[in-house]
Amino acid sequence: MSRESKITEQHERSDAVQQLDRRQFLNEMAAACGAATPLLCAFVRLPATQADAYEPTEHYYGMGVDPAKCIGCGRCAAACKIENDVPAEPHFVNTWVERYVIRAGGDVEVDSPNAGIEGFSPLENEQGVLKTFFVPKLCNHCDEAPCVQVCPVGATFMTQDGVVLVDDQYCIGCRYCIQACPYGARYLHPEEHVAAKCTFCYHRLVEGLVPACVEVCPTEARVFGELEGLPTPLNRFIRFNTIQVLKPHLNTKPKVFYANLDGEVR
Amino acid sequence: MQGYIYPNEFELQWSLLIVLYPYITGLVAGAFILASLERVFNVKEVQPTYRLSLLTALAFLLVATLPLLAHLGHPERSYEIFMTPNRQSAMAMFGFVYAWYLMVVLLVEIWFDYRKDMVAWYRDSKGFKRWLYYALTLGSTDISEKALRFDDSAGRWITIIGIPSAFLLHGYVGFIFGSVKANPWWSSVLMPVVFLFSAIVSGIALVLLLYMITTLFRWRPINMACLDKLAQFLFYALVVDFSLEMLDFLHRLYESEESIEILSQMIQSRLFLSLIVLQILLGTVIPLVTLGLFSPGLKRGGFVKVRPEAKQLVYLACAVLIQIGIFSIRWNVVIGGQLFSKSLRGLTVYKVEFLGIEGLAMTLGLLFLPFVILWILVKVLPPWTDQEVGRLAKATG
Repeated sequence: MSRESKITEQHERSDAVQQLDRRQFLNEMAAACGAATPLLCAFVRLPATQADAYEPTEHYYGMGVDPAKCIGCGRCAAACKIENDVPAEPHFVNTWVERYVIRAGGDVEVDSPNAGIEGFSPLENEQGVLKTFFVPKLCNHCDEAPCVQVCPVGATFMTQDGVVLVDDQYCIGCRYCIQACPYGARYLHPEEHVAAKCTFCYHRLVEGLVPACVEVCPTEARVFGELEGLPTPLNRFIRFNTIQVLKPHLNTKPKVFYANLDGEVR
Repeated sequence: MQGYIYPNEFELQWSLLIVLYPYITGLVAGAFILASLERVFNVKEVQPTYRLSLLTALAFLLVATLPLLAHLGHPERSYEIFMTPNRQSAMAMFGFVYAWYLMVVLLVEIWFDYRKDMVAWYRDSKGFKRWLYYALTLGSTDISEKALRFDDSAGRWITIIGIPSAFLLHGYVGFIFGSVKANPWWSSVLMPVVFLFSAIVSGIALVLLLYMITTLFRWRPINMACLDKLAQFLFYALVVDFSLEMLDFLHRLYESEESIEILSQMIQSRLFLSLIVLQILLGTVIPLVTLGLFSPGLKRGGFVKVRPEAKQLVYLACAVLIQIGIFSIRWNVVIGGQLFSKSLRGLTVYKVEFLGIEGLAMTLGLLFLPFVILWILVKVLPPWTDQEVGRLAKATG
């Protein structure tokens, strides 16, 4: 027997021994696990079930918006339409971007062409512009939401984690909520014939992801996160900026917080 | 479109059908309150219109839900308002207010009032009609003096409950609009009260019209005392209604909140015809002045004395103008409240479509339907108080 063939034989034998050991080991382990599983389950939460279970009571969401950072690219509004299957027509939006142009005399011009999805064309008349800025808008997920109050059947509701949603299997399409929303954040879905609105991308939240508009914003003009607990990014945003909410006199208690917002924004 | 409106505001949410809804419920409440005047306050002059008012209220009440139903995105789910109402919602109360008014007030009052006659008609008729009237009596055919006394007293009590119920029915419709704090055109504590008095005005005007037309078609002389009394009440209701509207207007103007600028723009442009011309000038000021001069509202016999035939024409014209005015009020509230953006920076437009479920044709159809129902009701339950019916009732009773 040549030296090479000896080595090969040795390898094959040792492999066979190893395989046998592995098989034995696995069999024994399986038996042991089978016996121990009830015991284990009683004391340890398995990682697999932990990932599946989203616990809404452990969260309370809000959003911070910094208009100074918004460049009006409209990626947020575009991403939202795709992520949430919002009707493609221009007049159904969950989120949109407004451009404010304030002239020296105090005149204010606001526009939001196609919700800002394609961005904004340059100003036609740049003379006498005092300041100009963009403001992203969306449902404020108000703590005292007028839409939740007026819904005759309770199809619009607030989740335990603070998100205002519409049950589309239950909404009767009376549109009272759309009338009651001071922010123009709702519309009647043209195909479903039910009220529709921003959900903070709830389907993403339960997966541990942030809303699509936040994800795609290139300048981090939107900060999403937890409102409860001090050291959260959102609470740092609220702490280090002068905060304003939209239409505070209506006492709707919005959970979308704007940093250093201009008084002209309604 | 003018100025800036939020992207989602491009489409108007509540259309012509929702204009129709408060108009129709207003007629119901108004007609019922007129009937109650006779019953509770013993206003003998308007007695010829008592039953006609009740039947008118019923005919319109039966139609009142249809515009709402046709407007819903999912009408097949509408029963959820009864099954799982959100107790915080003003609109959720609708089903209960409506059911209370229809079942407890209107039907019961009509039944007690007609029972004696229905028994008489049942005994006097043959075949199908006999069974129809028997079914309507619900088997209660006792018309002894004691039973009739009970009918009368029960009817009176129902009317006493009915007056606040009628106030509730229409005041509540006003509340649905008045409680929307997001909308400065609607949000007003006066809204339910304005709705209520405009309802009374429209109800009286409608019954006046119906009384004149039906009497004309039945070749009977018009009871001038009744007509004068109706015109007098109409005048008083119009004075209160107009005062409340002016109070609301002055209050807004004086407070001059941030919405005043866009609302002024809206009144001067979009609502000029329907508010200034139709509602205020044609629908209120002209009838007010005319009724003030011709009706016995301010002076017995009126300031201007004319022949009864001429006076009838004047009343008829006033009642028609008032109907146009009240419909304009509903239009200005419902449509006006959606023509300006909640950003308070722009105005939008509303174009009425002709066909389609929320179109003009549908609206006219729904407006005509109560008259068809009323015609049937009048055939089954003749409301006339003159000799023919009286003789029939006497002969068989």
